Amino acid sequence: MAPDEKKAPYTVQIGPVHPALKEPVMFTFEMDGEQVKTVDFAPGQTHRGIEWMGMRRNPVQIVHLTDRICGICGVVHTLSFSLAVEQIAEIQVPERADYIRSILHEFERIQSHLLWAGVAAHELGFDSLLHLTWRVREQAMDVIENLTGNRVNYGIVQVGGVRRDIAPEQHPIIETCLSTYEGLLEKLLNLFLEDRTIAMRCRDCGILTRKDAIELCTVGPTARASGVNVDLRQDYPYAAYGDLDVRAILPEQYIGETHGDVYDRIVVRLLEVGQSCQIIRQCLSEIPAGPITAEEKLAKLLAICKKAQGEAIGRVEAPRGECLHYVRMDGKDSPTAWKVKASSYSNLMSWIPMLKGEQIADIPIIVASIDPCLSCTDRVAVVQDGIRTILTKEHLHRLSVEKTRRLQR
Amino acid sequence: MTVPILSPEQVVERFTARIGSGIREARISERREGKKKNPHYTIWFEIDKELLRPAIEILIGIRFPHLSVIGANDLGDSIRLVYIFSIQYGEVKSEYMVTFAVTLQKSDLTIPTISDLIPGAVFGEREKQEFLGVKVIGIPDNRRLFLPDDFPAGVYPWRKDETGIPPGMVKDLWASRRPKDRPAPVVEIKEVSGIDAEPAKKTSESSKEDT
Repeated sequence: MAPDEKKAPYTVQIGPVHPALKEPVMFTFEMDGEQVKTVDFAPGQTHRGIEWMGMRRNPVQIVHLTDRICGICGVVHTLSFSLAVEQIAEIQVPERADYIRSILHEFERIQSHLLWAGVAAHELGFDSLLHLTWRVREQAMDVIENLTGNRVNYGIVQVGGVRRDIAPEQHPIIETCLSTYEGLLEKLLNLFLEDRTIAMRCRDCGILTRKDAIELCTVGPTARASGVNVDLRQDYPYAAYGDLDVRAILPEQYIGETHGDVYDRIVVRLLEVGQSCQIIRQCLSEIPAGPITAEEKLAKLLAICKKAQGEAIGRVEAPRGECLHYVRMDGKDSPTAWKVKASSYSNLMSWIPMLKGEQIADIPIIVASIDPCLSCTDRVAVVQDGIRTILTKEHLHRLSVEKTRRLQR
Repeated sequence: MTVPILSPEQVVERFTARIGSGIREARISERREGKKKNPHYTIWFEIDKELLRPAIEILIGIRFPHLSVIGANDLGDSIRLVYIFSIQYGEVKSEYMVTFAVTLQKSDLTIPTISDLIPGAVFGEREKQEFLGVKVIGIPDNRRLFLPDDFPAGVYPWRKDETGIPPGMVKDLWASRRPKDRPAPVVEIKEVSGIDAEPAKKTSESSKEDT
């Protein structure tokens, strides 16, 4: 083989994905030694055609379909779809239901951010921290189970309200959980942010500038970590958030500066866990009495939806950012149009500027930092001189751990 | 840098002053939730195709918008694209949704790209091309996005006419059995022993029948 054929750049493919994950992606990197030169990705490895299915079903059926769009975001998709249908059918949701929706919304954020923190720790090679965060996450899962009956696919939001009330005897269970988290938060912040190695791995790694974040339509914690002041709970009052004074959490409030790197994304997510605890506590103290749904009887609800005509947008701040459902109904059983825009849909483009120029061992943590679930990095195929070798996720993970160990020396 | 916060009516005025004749319909919808019933607004514009880019330029002139997504519906003989934006994010309880709906006749399904104005738009434009058969003129990346490479050409999942998903692709899939042109699995299939031995044997026999 001629020597010039061995020259860089060579191509590295990462993906497709683990079928259990929400955003399965196939990456193709062009590498120059250890450095990423160009990035390309192909999503849709397990596109299930949920919108196609929805356009052949009625709104009450779709609500339960939306529950199954994502394994972690069980509230946000049902909620934004319901918000859209309620606007078209002009259904007024009872105030108590707005508060219950917000409480569950925040519990979902807590468990999602803790899950993410564990994944991030694992990718950096801190498995003890992974086990700690996932152990404490269980408490939020238990409370969600207590409130909705399910750990995932909660089935709590219905068009017009919610399906289960929060009884007074459940308040202490929630309260115990919140105080545990508030006590733990200091420890978690200390473990993640004061650790020298985490700072070395994450500081100025995978930078997304403010300009790129705005132009690439980035949302949620990923955008906030780049200094973009955007949080639907603050900007766009839905459910009970219009009554609460929620403010977007930006890294500069905590450390006085914004880098837009992986470290800032950790800061934003961990602080949001504490913010969610405060929001739940405020919701619980201010929750009004009254009915929890505008229409209990599903047959009547369906009849209302069937008559509805028009289009609307339901929009909520999911743990990963804006989740949007566009619905158009034309007086038929099923909607004429339904478009689901999950938060990661807006965030994927930000991988390209983040990954450029970074090292191969940093790919796992940068890809994970926008919270699409890193285990997407299922399999890696390295094409070099026309010879294709397949690396496992474990191999890539080992590279990441080795880099951490090198830095610790 | 202090940009004044506009009311939804003022936003509509900005557009009617500049491209008034091309706006077929402009309306503001309002929704109030929670105890305090704080409102949030959606501004809907129905515009001509030629005005899509000028309208987005006016929007950028107000404040740089966030493009949420491009929605779409098949209305029989036309396709309606709904460009969903939000502006004034970062201002407490003052964010509005602004949507531009463009109707394309099925005889001419072309639309100019907006990805030079908003780079993040290319993602949604690629999706509209493959799901609706719309042709985006000047799109910087013409590949498919979500659909696999072996997806049949000329089938557009969100269309409700004869180019939509044919029943054969969704009904009685069990009858199609395992595809025969797939590459061999990467990992060698292990020999199964004990309780599972018999059903495993059956599947290997049935795959023999396939080939």
